[in-house]
This record gives sequence, structure tokens and C-alpha cells, in this order.
Amino acid sequence: MAVDASAFGAGPPGRRARLRFSGFLWRRPWLRALGLLALPLAAFGIVYLGALAVLFVSSFWTVSSFTASVEHTWTLANYRQIFDTNQPYLDIAGRTVGIAAAVTVTDAVLAFPLAYFMARLAGKHTRAVLFVMVLLPLWSSYLVRIYAWQTILAHDGAINWGLNKLGLPDQNLAYTNTAIWIVFTYVWLPFMVLPVYAALERIPDSYLEASADLGARGWRTFRSVILPLALPGLVAGSIFTFALTLGDYITPLLVGGTGSQFIGNTVYNYMQEANAPFAAAFATIPMAIVGVYLLLARRLGAFEAL
Amino acid sequence: MTGRGARISFAVASALVIAFLWIPLVVIALYAFNSSTIQGWPITSWTLHWFSVAWHDPDVSSAFRLSVKVALVATGIALVLGTMAAAAVARFQFFGREAVSFLLVLPLALPGILTGIALSSTFTFVGLTPSIWTIVIGHATFCVVLVYNNVVARLRRSSPSLVEASQDLGADGWQTFRFVLWPVLSTALVAGGLLAFALSFDEVIVTVFTAGAQETLPIWILDNIERGQQLPVVNVVAFFVIVVTVIPVALAQRVMRDTGLIRRGAAEVTAAVEAAEVPAV
Repeated sequence: MAVDASAFGAGPPGRRARLRFSGFLWRRPWLRALGLLALPLAAFGIVYLGALAVLFVSSFWTVSSFTASVEHTWTLANYRQIFDTNQPYLDIAGRTVGIAAAVTVTDAVLAFPLAYFMARLAGKHTRAVLFVMVLLPLWSSYLVRIYAWQTILAHDGAINWGLNKLGLPDQNLAYTNTAIWIVFTYVWLPFMVLPVYAALERIPDSYLEASADLGARGWRTFRSVILPLALPGLVAGSIFTFALTLGDYITPLLVGGTGSQFIGNTVYNYMQEANAPFAAAFATIPMAIVGVYLLLARRLGAFEAL
Repeated sequence: MTGRGARISFAVASALVIAFLWIPLVVIALYAFNSSTIQGWPITSWTLHWFSVAWHDPDVSSAFRLSVKVALVATGIALVLGTMAAAAVARFQFFGREAVSFLLVLPLALPGILTGIALSSTFTFVGLTPSIWTIVIGHATFCVVLVYNNVVARLRRSSPSLVEASQDLGADGWQTFRFVLWPVLSTALVAGGLLAFALSFDEVIVTVFTAGAQETLPIWILDNIERGQQLPVVNVVAFFVIVVTVIPVALAQRVMRDTGLIRRGAAEVTAAVEAAEVPAV
């Protein structure tokens, strides 16, 4: 059957025009790509990158102490203040980084056995159930989970009740750095479990068999085969636990005490006091640290493993 | 490593970690039914009273309405922009293609407070006063990537020749979309949209900086926790927020069952990977 070429142009004029338009676009892929990209890129470029640029530029401005308005004169005063050892800012940054590191190590220790069990020991069904049990807490409201810990750690909360039941004395955990450490560990734990699971799942069984054939016992296989292969996953997970802790302010606000100022809180307070330039300058610190950390993680192969 | 003893100790350790993940959620759910106004443990008497108090609280219902509105609009924007960007990246070769995915995942990869104060400074700078739109702009920036990730993954698994075939058979643009693209993409769009809704509904870090005096539901919760006010009502709202954010995720997972699990983790892992690609560029 011969195809009637004019059939493509058949139908009402509207349809004909639409088909011609489709053809027009089809012959010009760059136009289609441009048409698809223009709107999202313009929106993102202007709103998001523009905002980041404004933020960075404003970190070199200052706030007049008389009028409390932002003065658009270039100065390094904000950065000088941050690195002044007589000011509290380096201590705050040190505390933030220290707790972020502690949270990362704790999460790695907690996540590893669960991830190993899920990836290599559990049956198919158990694995699926465990997956959902890790995912749902991850997605349920972050604020509510912090609030839950505030009630649990409170003086008459569930922790002290449990300790008393075991015949142990009350602990004053609420509003301490320990509380912050526990809550961060809790909130970011699923972010560590998932990449470690992914790394462990990829280890071929034959590697473990080979290790056993060569006479390695459990511990030796773990140290020389499993751990090195899981390391990229651990590093990938640590990116979240570390970076998310560095930038957070809600957890220190809700469960921290007077000596628990974080970078995030300080930034938040300066924003409340309408000193956006200093807030902007201090916010570049976690960004720089995360940047360096990502470079190190890249060296450790965290990104090839994903 | 897989001796009987090792197996049992791994199982026990896993059970403990899972308990650690779930006990706080169970505790806060139980507090919603606590009849006492004091937040002590153990709970001694139970009631549904606070549900009715929360239901009739005008602040709670207006905050709830605002949160739903913001989440719907932000999800809508994310669906349109995310799908367009995904189609361009999955189907075309062009200069700077890798940069597009990197750009879209930035808001998830960088600390939320940075996005928050950046937008806040910019709104002040251009003289935009806080409104529902300033909140929506903030939410849309980090919701786009959820839709984008889902749609890009789907497009990469489907053949571009489907569209060519449809056009060869004489379909116009709309027909190709309706009968070829939509069946391929619909579940990815639904799943991405549900995740975007869930993320927007309980977002607080960025919202604090873009909302001004307006209260979304999470901001209402944060305010009352900070002041230690109306905690029984906060418990009920907290319980409700958990249910509202978990249901879309559970649904999204069912929808995406054929295409593997979707994870917030996965989106952020991608984010970190791409963030690390920058120095190489």
C-alpha cells in the first residue's frame, strides 16, 4: 500500500499547523533543548545562584552601628572578627566541627552492623522490611524527631525512667552537648546506613570465599577484605552526617544548653539581629570545610563507589 | 564472618539499631494520647481530648492550610521545571550538561541554613516582602531535584525512538505526549511529586528565613516548642505531621516499585557526588 504523502498534511488546519510545528522542532534539536532548559535554568540561575552571589557579596559589607542599616562598603571586618581569638567564633566553629566528627564516627559504628546484616545476612523478605524501617524514619519530620528526643531526654523523660528501672541514678542529659551528640547521631543515622549498605552489597561472595580459602579467619577477612571495600560507602555516608551537622541550627536550639552554640545558631542569631553581613561571612566557614571534606572524600574513592 | 555466632550477633545489633530508630517515633506518637499537660514518662492516663483541641485551634488550622498550599504550589513548580530539565539532560547532548544536574542538586547538598539566609538576604535586597510566594520559592528550589532525579532515571531507561515512532505514525505533539510520553513518565512524576510534597510539608530550616511572620505547620511547632507552650497540642500536631509525611513516601514507594526503591538518601548521595565533581571541572 502506497503511503499518500499528503496524508500527513490532512485534517483541519489547526492540526496541520501543529504537525508542521512538530516537524520544525524535530529538525532543530538545539531549539528543543533550549526550549526545555530555558525556564528551569533561568529560574534556578536567577533565584538560587543569584541568592548565593548576593550572600557572598554581602559578607563583605557591614552594618552601621548607628542606623543599624547595611552599608555597602567593602571590608574584611567580618572575617577579621571571626578569626580574632579574643572572640568566641573560633571556639564555636571548633565545637561544631568536633561534635560533627563525633556524630560521624558514632553513626559509622552503629550503621555498619545493620548495613552488613541487611546486605549479606538477611533473607530477601527481611531485607525489604529493614529497608522500609530505615527509610521511614529518614523521611518522617526531622523537626518532630528532634522534639521527640527533647521529651525523652528531659529530666522526667523516658531515659531517666529507664535508668531508674535498672537501679541507676538520674542523668542530667537535657540541654547538654551530649544531648546534641545523641540527637544528631539519631537524626542522620539513616544517611549512613544506606551508602554503607550499597557498598557492602556490591562485594562479590567469591572475594570472601577466596579469603577463606587462603586461610583467613572471620576477623582477618573483615579487616583485610570487607572493611577496605566498605570504606567508600562509609566515607560517602560521613559526607552527610558531617556536612548536615555542620549546617544545622535546630538541634542545638532545641536540645542544646548555654554552652552549645553552633555555627548554625550563631548565623541564625545574627540574622535575627538584622546583621546579615556577619551571618553571611560566618556561613562561609561550614561551606569551606565541607568543600575541603568533599575533596578528601573524593581521594578516598567515595564517589566511584556510589 | 558468617558463622552462627557472628550471624546472631549481627542480628541482635541490627535489632538494637532499628529500635534506636523507632523508639523516639513511638514515644512521640504515644504522647499525643497523654491526658496530662506535663510531659513526664511513663504516661499514666490516656485521652483523645487533645486531638479535638488541636482540631479546633485556629492557629493550627491556618498553619496547616498554609503548609498545604505551599506544598502544592511548590510541588507544581517542581514538576514543571524538574521534568523540563530532565527531558533536556536525558535526551540531548550539549555543552555544560553535567553542570545542569550539579546546579539542581546544590540546594540539597549545601547546608539548608545557607539557602535560607541567601534567599532571605536576596529578598531584602530586591525589596520582596515575605508572602506565600517567598516560602514557595524557597521550597521549589530544593523540590525540583526530586522530580528531576525520578524523571531522568525513567527517561534513561526508556527508548527515545518511541517518540520518533509516534511522529512517524503521524501523531502531533500533544498526541505524542498524551499517548506515548505520559504512560512512560506518569509513575515517575507521581512519585517525584509525592516526595516533593512530603519534603515541602515538613521543611523548617529554609522556611524560617523566608516566611517572615507567617506560620507554616512546622514553624508553628518550632515556635511552641521553643516557648514550651501548648505542648499537648504540639504532640498531636507532631503525630499528625509524621503521618502526613510518611504516607506520601510509602505511596511513592509503591508507585515506584517496578523501578526500584527511591530514597532521599539516594538523591543526596547523588548531590554529594556531583558536588565533588566541581573541582575537576
